[in-house]
Amino acid sequence: MSDNDEVALRMRAIEALLIEKGILTSEVVDRVASTYEHDVGPLRGARVVARAWTDEAFRARLLEDGTAAMAELGVGGFVAEHVIVVENTPDTHNLVTCTLCSCYPWGVLGLPPAWYKSPEYRARAIREPRAVIRELGTELPAETRIRVWDSSAEVRYLVLPMRPAGTDGLAEEDLVGLVTRDSMIGTGLAAEPVA
Amino acid sequence: MSAADAIRAEATLPRSNGELVFEEPWQARAFSVAVAMTEAGRWEWDAFRDRLIAEIGAWERERDAAGAAPDDGTWSYYARWTAALEAALCEHGLIDPAELDAVQARIAHQQAHEHDDDHDHGALRDRGL
Repeated sequence: MSDNDEVALRMRAIEALLIEKGILTSEVVDRVASTYEHDVGPLRGARVVARAWTDEAFRARLLEDGTAAMAELGVGGFVAEHVIVVENTPDTHNLVTCTLCSCYPWGVLGLPPAWYKSPEYRARAIREPRAVIRELGTELPAETRIRVWDSSAEVRYLVLPMRPAGTDGLAEEDLVGLVTRDSMIGTGLAAEPVA
Repeated sequence: MSAADAIRAEATLPRSNGELVFEEPWQARAFSVAVAMTEAGRWEWDAFRDRLIAEIGAWERERDAAGAAPDDGTWSYYARWTAALEAALCEHGLIDPAELDAVQARIAHQQAHEHDDDHDHGALRDRGL
């Protein structure tokens, strides 16, 4: 039996035992799984960013108290209670990691991608952020300062990426589509509009 | 098509960043059981997170002691998660390792039988029945 089959079997036993003992029901577990597989995803964060790009007062509130401002859009929930929004500027680029495990603003971005949880990303994001960002596909200008934010159980970070050039005429709902997940982690930039 | 429609069609939407949330069904179960236990008030999320940090740290120390590369191909995030879940459940007195082993043995036995059945049906199909 492979390691993967073994842990899959162990997990099946854990769930079965919890259900037998009446500690959980499979319906409750199904509901959580379904929420995170289908309902919670980075589209939520993209809506927050697009609003910040188009509504200056909202942007100010978001940077002041991310959790409260996002709640205005109905975004929040489990382990998204304390989200700090960090804003990219022409001078400063922000990057989010979690060196100890995999803390991530679930309520805003859904679950993290596999690479975010990898030992390599967690080890290197703080040590050599510029190289990590480059390897993930974005070359930042040499003069741009990079700030790395290490998440914790108490504080999760969301990057507010810069609004791409050439999007002045776009409405909020059209901007949403330019906000990639990676731009909100800081490993990428918002997408350019298609000419 | 308007420019906005073109953007909608062409731009990389956050939802389609390409990666699966879970690679295998058991990972979704592991994740969801830990979250469900938290939501049910069985433990504080921080308590589970501390177990997870401990499991990940132990794996990394073992890897470093073996002189392996950061990602040596044996990394499985949800394997560490499952180990943390089991430890947290035992620590909270909700299950004990012996009864878990017993349930696991029973399920493994059932799985073996399910496989036997599969082979039988396959053999029948092969004979056109």
